[in-house]
Amino acid sequence: MQQFIQGLLFGLYPYLAIAVFLLGSLLRFDHGQYGWRSGSSQLLRRRQLMLGSNLFHIGILLLFLGHFFGMLTPPAVYHGLGLSTGAKQMLAIVAGGVFGLMCFVGMTLLIHRRLFDPRIRKTSSGADIFILLLLYVQLILGLATIPFSLQHSDGSTMLALADWAQRIVTFRPGAAAAVADVAGVYRAHIFLGLTMFLVFPFTRLVHVWSAPIWYLGRRGYQIVRARRQAP
Amino acid sequence: MSHFLDRLAFFKKDIGTFSQGHGIVTNEDRSWENAYRQRWAHDKIVRSTHGVNCTGSCSWKIYVKGGIVTWETQQTDYPRTRPDMPNHEPRGCSRGASYSWYIYSGNRLKYPLVRSRLMRLWREARASMSPVEAWRSIVEDSSKSDSYKQVRGQGGFVRAVWDEVNEIVAAANAYTIKRYGPDRVAGFSPIPAMSMVSYAAGTRYLSLIGGVCLSFYDWYCDLPPASPQTWGEQTDVPESADWYNSSFLMLWGSNVPQTRTPDAHFLTEVRYKGAKAVVVSPDYSEAAKFGDVWIHPKQGTDAALAMAMGHVILRDFHIDKQSDYFQDYCRQYSDFPLLVRLVKKGDALVPERLLRADDFVDGLGQENNPAWKTVAFDDKTKQIVVPNGSIGFRWGEQGKWNLEERTADGADSDLALTLIHDRDEVVPVAFPYFGNNKHDFFAGTDHADVLNRNIPVKTIALKDGEAYVTTVFDLFVANYGVARGLGGDNVANSFDDDIPYTPKWQERITGVPAEQVIAVARAFAENADKTKGRSMVIVGAGLNHWYHMDMIYRGIINMLVMCGCVGQSGGGWSHYVGQEKLRPQTGWLPLAFALDWNRPPRHMNSTSFWYAHTDQWRYESLSIDEILSPTAPDGDWSGSLIDYNVRAERMGWLPSAPQLNTNPLKIAAAADAAGKPPADYLVDQLKSGDVAFASEDPDDPENFPRNLFVWRSNLLGSSGKGHEYFLKHLLGTKHGVQGKDLGATDGTKPQEVAWHDEAPEGKLDLLVTLDFRMSTTCLYSDIVLPTATWYEKNDLNTSDMHPFIHPLSSAIDPVWECRSDWDIYKGIAKAFSEVAEGELGKEQDVVLVPILHDTAAELAQPYDVADWKRGDTEPVPGKTMPAVAVVERDYPNVYKRFTALGPLMNKLGNGGKGMAWNTEDEVTSLGALNGIVTEPGVSQGMPRIETDIDATEVILTLAPETNGQVAVKAWQSLSKATGREHAHLALPREDEKLRFRDVQAQPRKIISSPIWSGLESEHVSYTAGYTNVHELIPWRTLSGRQQLYQDHLWMRAFGEQLCVYKPPIDTKTIKPMLNQRSNGNHEIVLNFITPHQKWGIHSTYTDNLLMLTLSRGGPIVWISEIDAKQAGIVDNDWIEAFNANGALVARAVVSQRIPQGMTMMYHAQEKIVNVPGSEITGSRGGIHNSVTRAVTKPTHMIGGYAQQSYGFNYYGTVGSNRDEFVIMRKMNQVDWLDRPAPQSKLEAAE
Repeated sequence: MQQFIQGLLFGLYPYLAIAVFLLGSLLRFDHGQYGWRSGSSQLLRRRQLMLGSNLFHIGILLLFLGHFFGMLTPPAVYHGLGLSTGAKQMLAIVAGGVFGLMCFVGMTLLIHRRLFDPRIRKTSSGADIFILLLLYVQLILGLATIPFSLQHSDGSTMLALADWAQRIVTFRPGAAAAVADVAGVYRAHIFLGLTMFLVFPFTRLVHVWSAPIWYLGRRGYQIVRARRQAP
Repeated sequence: MSHFLDRLAFFKKDIGTFSQGHGIVTNEDRSWENAYRQRWAHDKIVRSTHGVNCTGSCSWKIYVKGGIVTWETQQTDYPRTRPDMPNHEPRGCSRGASYSWYIYSGNRLKYPLVRSRLMRLWREARASMSPVEAWRSIVEDSSKSDSYKQVRGQGGFVRAVWDEVNEIVAAANAYTIKRYGPDRVAGFSPIPAMSMVSYAAGTRYLSLIGGVCLSFYDWYCDLPPASPQTWGEQTDVPESADWYNSSFLMLWGSNVPQTRTPDAHFLTEVRYKGAKAVVVSPDYSEAAKFGDVWIHPKQGTDAALAMAMGHVILRDFHIDKQSDYFQDYCRQYSDFPLLVRLVKKGDALVPERLLRADDFVDGLGQENNPAWKTVAFDDKTKQIVVPNGSIGFRWGEQGKWNLEERTADGADSDLALTLIHDRDEVVPVAFPYFGNNKHDFFAGTDHADVLNRNIPVKTIALKDGEAYVTTVFDLFVANYGVARGLGGDNVANSFDDDIPYTPKWQERITGVPAEQVIAVARAFAENADKTKGRSMVIVGAGLNHWYHMDMIYRGIINMLVMCGCVGQSGGGWSHYVGQEKLRPQTGWLPLAFALDWNRPPRHMNSTSFWYAHTDQWRYESLSIDEILSPTAPDGDWSGSLIDYNVRAERMGWLPSAPQLNTNPLKIAAAADAAGKPPADYLVDQLKSGDVAFASEDPDDPENFPRNLFVWRSNLLGSSGKGHEYFLKHLLGTKHGVQGKDLGATDGTKPQEVAWHDEAPEGKLDLLVTLDFRMSTTCLYSDIVLPTATWYEKNDLNTSDMHPFIHPLSSAIDPVWECRSDWDIYKGIAKAFSEVAEGELGKEQDVVLVPILHDTAAELAQPYDVADWKRGDTEPVPGKTMPAVAVVERDYPNVYKRFTALGPLMNKLGNGGKGMAWNTEDEVTSLGALNGIVTEPGVSQGMPRIETDIDATEVILTLAPETNGQVAVKAWQSLSKATGREHAHLALPREDEKLRFRDVQAQPRKIISSPIWSGLESEHVSYTAGYTNVHELIPWRTLSGRQQLYQDHLWMRAFGEQLCVYKPPIDTKTIKPMLNQRSNGNHEIVLNFITPHQKWGIHSTYTDNLLMLTLSRGGPIVWISEIDAKQAGIVDNDWIEAFNANGALVARAVVSQRIPQGMTMMYHAQEKIVNVPGSEITGSRGGIHNSVTRAVTKPTHMIGGYAQQSYGFNYYGTVGSNRDEFVIMRKMNQVDWLDRPAPQSKLEAAE
């Protein structure tokens, strides 16, 4: 039974979450353009937002990159670059810790503002508050893994987690078994992380898709949209 | 196409560059741009306007998109004005632009609502009883009826369905009619001009069942009694475009940019043309900035200012040197040359009444109405002559009722304005002086009560012997204290003498420097002299809402008449208070009062009605002694204000409702049993005292008004002076009355009215309100009916301010379960007809009608005042008491009658203002237009009036203003009386017929009609009195002229035969409360002024989010910096204002705008938004009327006397309120009362 649940949560649930994440985003993009936005509350009050939001965004973006490359880079690649497993784990702990703390401070400010500023509280949807709290819990869980990671500096847990991730994205069986023995806090962190993907299309998080990164490389500053014949 | 797939072409998006790569051309999906295009796209635009008594009557475009009203913008398709005039458009203001917010707002009424306790009682009773029986079982059991009356205003509505509420209303009406009489059912709805069909819907229903239609113009205190007194006309004024024809404009107590926003541009434009503008306003109002001169007299003392200006004009333009234009004008168009008899009072001579032909031995050859023909002294023949045009010529003969300068025998006349050259003697005459009254807050002077001034007189032989006579002009000049070399005291040779009414004298009272008064008066008169009368005074509520408003107005009217301004383009008296100008009036009257089925209707003057039935008279603090003139003719002037009102009702001067202390449906049968005609029988009963007027005992349950409809009105949130008395006595619910009645204070009780130690509470059994929003009145009602907004119904709207007829149009169907007023009353009529079956059949209803103006009956009481009840005379219906009419009601057929144009239009024709014409052609054409009733029954074969559009067509077809053929008939009818040809004024437009679809297509100008005294043409703008001056049609007054001398006995008793300065009255509401209920904060006393709004129109828009956002978002009062400092109040503090009448709370606006000693609360700010509880009453807020109480004035009760005869909304007591003072202090505790209600209240809210 336990194995079944294990398989359900870490073998099947990831596909469910990713499927909802991708399909949901697609459908919402096509059918809900007016709601496709970050839902900024900067108009209502700037105070706290500038510091909180910047700390949060820098922190979370770098955490995301760290997780992305940390989980999905095959060991052979970083070994080839001369990075031992232990050293990589230490890098992950230090970088994750620093950015995690930045993110934590930022989120604490944002949550305080969202919950206790009456104007912002009144104009918040349930999803706005939910996603913020979800991210917060997830972040705390992530930070809570650091003491565990420090207990086994050989990186074995890290390898197991990376193995899980790589099996998932490459559709290889045994993903659930790969994390069967890691500490509960890691598994909770994974579960919540997958849940984030699951709820992603239903929240303001969709603005992630539309991050205006193309502005960075654009040369012209005046855009003229040509008249286009109706299809 | 999919947005996502489109993004897959990301790398092919850029298809070119320009400007060396600084610009990029892309090929990408642009469908999102449609959102911006569609933002302003719409499915249709419908023309409508706002029926809100703002006088705007602005044409608006209502935009509809997907079945939803989205927004409105100003229409810009008015017909062009003639070449040298600016256009009318665009008309509209921020308030109108915010209206569409209401339609879908939380304040919108969406379903019929019934007070839950009443609903429960009704359903219980109805389970086993017929509707009428069920209603009886509720209202005749006080434990049941009190249970819902006592919680009025405290929530507790439940939703109901139309069929059920209609049945409740119908049952209540039917029971009340059967048990108490139809005159116990009343309806209050104001200003038909703002939505004529909606008004008519309710009054048509009421008039068919015999209910009472309550007046509004007088109750609102918008009626200027000086107008009927002077001109015999309710109100007739220039359109705003006529301002542009003026070259000297005074804005006196009127805040044009704020309250006449869509018209203000004409004022700006005429100033570019070079016109001078003088603004008279105690505060620095928005209008003040328009003034070349801003005069700021102490509030309420304007009559003193006007008198001083009149003094200057007389001195400079009539006495020291004479303007030919002024002299000619006054000789022909004013009563200046008419002779007045002087009589002895004690040792002194006092001016009595205008001399009549009847006073001479031979009646000066006059057979017809000699008692009503005024006389003058002819300068050429040196004879006393009877000039044409007096009211005696109007009735009983034809062809001489005109203002030609001729005498009755056809000779040319040259009337003498003064007898100074032909005098026999110079005698001192006594004039009353009131400016020395002691008042705590208004400065007086120390001149004597009676001022004797020398007057040139002739001695002539009359029927009763020799008498001194003089002209009105000679009295008039003496009254102003202008010395003419006749010696004697109390007249001034210099403007610097401190003698009433010099510029110097007024300084102490008004605070205005004498030089300013002299300069303005001279400029005013000089302009009028040079331009032949193009000096205009725009007056408003700032003057007309004072108790002695007629003195202020007559002071100004005197200036205008002395300078020949009335009836001239660009000149005259522009009183803009209330949208009373119902241009197609005579077409509307039959529809509104069911004159096509039965005549006469039951009309009542509201001020007297509310004064009696809300028991405000029980608290009366103003005694007759305080206002009686020291020169009052000998006689019994005792009694209190309500006694005077009762006497007026008995003598046929004022209407009464309920009329008698018995059911009027039972009188005819009793008369029959006694074998007498109903009128004779009733006279006997009245004489014996078996039947009495209901007003003699308003606190007897037999005489309560039982059912009340309120629609198109917010009686309890806006116009109800004495708001807390309404709550206490009429509604019987929680109230804030602080003072004690005459019983508790041991005051003098009335003589004519029975006193009950215990005052009744909760007189009304049923209050039904129709509205589109949850107003204060709705909150206090038992049944609330959701009506259509101004964008959901078809109706008509006209205004004083321009000559166009505007439609209200249904842009969308009424939302939720709302219905138009027409459909609501049609539904009630239907339910009533069903409920009445078996309870009421064809009934004979005895209706008392006061002596009416513009009928031959107005020649009822030429000399004395005789009250039959006090034994002065015999009761003769229509002569010394109200006329008695018997009207047949057909109760089961009320619905059929409601929806068809009845037979009397063919039988009796139509008419108005003393004219009558045949109307068969119009009835035939209405049948063709609206269709004929085919269903068998009383209405078969008659034109249908099913829909609101049918109703508009009735109005438009029958009215001369909208049907050229009728206009020609009307002018021809007038020609018979005047002996002059008038039809040329309408002949060019004879074939024009304005229909509802025409006025929807574009604003249309009305056709000139004799109902009004102005013309609509390519040569002149509409201005009042124009046809009197240019067509020589007499004013509808005793003399046929502009009547500046008021000779009725009661006018003389109260010292108002000529204009005098009277300081505001003392309402005595402060002393019982000052420092009695301290909250520790300093209390100050301020004069309580309630001008019209900036952020609303009356109470409408004050709960509109957009307007709340523009203002401070809740009730405010304005106070001066000095007063604020003294009371320790800073801007935006919560304050409380209170007196013996009640209390209100508001935020303080501390402003340099306000002079010391007064506070301003924009009236009708409602108590439904952002209003906390009062520390004094413990209840929520209070509205501006919580601190007021209506005080009536006896001179407004006069009747049976030419122009001082009753007319609905034409004459009668008015609800003034600006003489009131309040105690103001900072609040300690702002209690929002948002705790859960105590248990008893919870029950109510179930």
